[in-house]
Amino acid sequence: MKFANIMSTGGEWLRGEGPHHQIVISSRVRLARNLKQRAFPGWAKKAERTQILELIKPRVEELPEMQDSFSELLQDLSALEKQVLVERHLISREHAAKSVGSAVIMNRRQTLSIMVNEEDHLRMQSIRSGLQLKSAFKLVDKVDSTLESKLDFAYDARLGYLTACPTNVGTGMRASAMLHLPGLVLSEMINQVIQAVNKIGLAVRGLYGEGTEAMGNLFQISNQTTLGEKEDEIVNRLSKVIETIIEKEHDARQMLIQKKSNTLWDQIGRAYGVLTFAHAMTSKEALNLLSIIKLGVDLGAFPEDRRLPIDELFIDTQPAHLQKSSQQKLNAEERDHLRAQIIRDRLRVFPKPDISKVARESENGSSPEPQTNE
Amino acid sequence: MLCDVCKCNDATVFLTQILEGKMQKVNLCDACSKEKGVQDPTGFALADLLLGIGAAEEIEKGAPSQKCPVCGFTQADFKKTGRLGCSVCYVTFAEGLGSLLKAMHKGTEHIGKLPQRAYREIELGDRMRALAQDLEKAVAEENYENAAALRDKIKQLEHEKVI
Repeated sequence: MKFANIMSTGGEWLRGEGPHHQIVISSRVRLARNLKQRAFPGWAKKAERTQILELIKPRVEELPEMQDSFSELLQDLSALEKQVLVERHLISREHAAKSVGSAVIMNRRQTLSIMVNEEDHLRMQSIRSGLQLKSAFKLVDKVDSTLESKLDFAYDARLGYLTACPTNVGTGMRASAMLHLPGLVLSEMINQVIQAVNKIGLAVRGLYGEGTEAMGNLFQISNQTTLGEKEDEIVNRLSKVIETIIEKEHDARQMLIQKKSNTLWDQIGRAYGVLTFAHAMTSKEALNLLSIIKLGVDLGAFPEDRRLPIDELFIDTQPAHLQKSSQQKLNAEERDHLRAQIIRDRLRVFPKPDISKVARESENGSSPEPQTNE
Repeated sequence: MLCDVCKCNDATVFLTQILEGKMQKVNLCDACSKEKGVQDPTGFALADLLLGIGAAEEIEKGAPSQKCPVCGFTQADFKKTGRLGCSVCYVTFAEGLGSLLKAMHKGTEHIGKLPQRAYREIELGDRMRALAQDLEKAVAEENYENAAALRDKIKQLEHEKVI
């Protein structure tokens, strides 16, 4: 599979068909593994890293899950291509900075991505659309079980899997979900939720993980600890917390409709106006406004069939995707113009927000069914 | 009560964490609690705080010149990078890592998945330890015939472990 194929196929999770997909964009589970008696990637010299890569890469490529896969050495990818993979969450920002001695292998559906010599020798990640942490874990767990019979993974009977960073030791697992929480942000309840989540030992991060800003009302929630708890316990605990947050988000949206409807319609109207008419837009502004339009679709102010074009814009307006699709390197100003142009083009066929169609979400927090009463 | 960090001001912020049934308390003065981000409205991890205090003590305890026999990594490298050099470092620096892991994680022992071969190795290790104890006992009791048999068995298991 070629890089061009990755660009043209959206990847399963981007289509957004999983459970609770209105609020949970994606679920990811990654496992960190290392080879015994070998220096971790950050400490190994180039020659040893290359040796380790040559040991691991063929074993990953021959996995049944990796038939028809994309497999590339990091030094053979351009900076722009690496950035595209980062924007799709298929590799980490840390991995994009790597070159000789590192590789990435992913399947066609883009549900499974394996980084070789990131911070650990192996970082295996599964991504699913919506809230599907269990099935994401199942896939990556199966891959791990196949690989462990071919590669000698480092472990300790008491400490579990041994990782470069002590924060990952034990299960080596990080389970996370990307949540879209405009209701909690607009109703100013988000900090309360973040604090509560932090208190129970889960981490809340921005769009691209550790140390990144929250943009577009998108938040990543993940387990903080990896030692002393079983994998399925971590996944279950996280899933339950996320289900609670989904409920809170629905409650916040209800509250906004009932008590702050003017503010809500003003936000949606302004987002629609700016996106439809602006000629220059930063990716941050685009994400923040698209988030409000997405909320509008969720609430029924826009027809349901407009959901996919909006979801696609979240990714297509990111800096690297923009440059890759326009086949040229652009400076920030040129990007902002192109971004605004793409958004204007796609929104040209977009109807104006229609408040009268807003369905009140039912008491149990289930999503509205637009157009059923029309 | 004095602040656990600066040890000069009166503590006004009291934190409690229960880890594996053991209660740990940290008392901080106003200035130190601010410095450690305890009053940060976006939340904070008590673990990080404890970690900072624990880590400082641990580094004094461990010899800074201690080197991993497999990868040559030192305590100082860990302090610099926050990462370890190889899997054997977990044994080399076990003493210092103990409280660090305790502060970072929910528990101190892994109870999740292990590679299939691990179960065989763990069982083998348990059997060898039991045999070694029997051997010691046999030698003490001057039961040399039994001791010789035990020694052979241990050798055989050692051979199996290598495979």
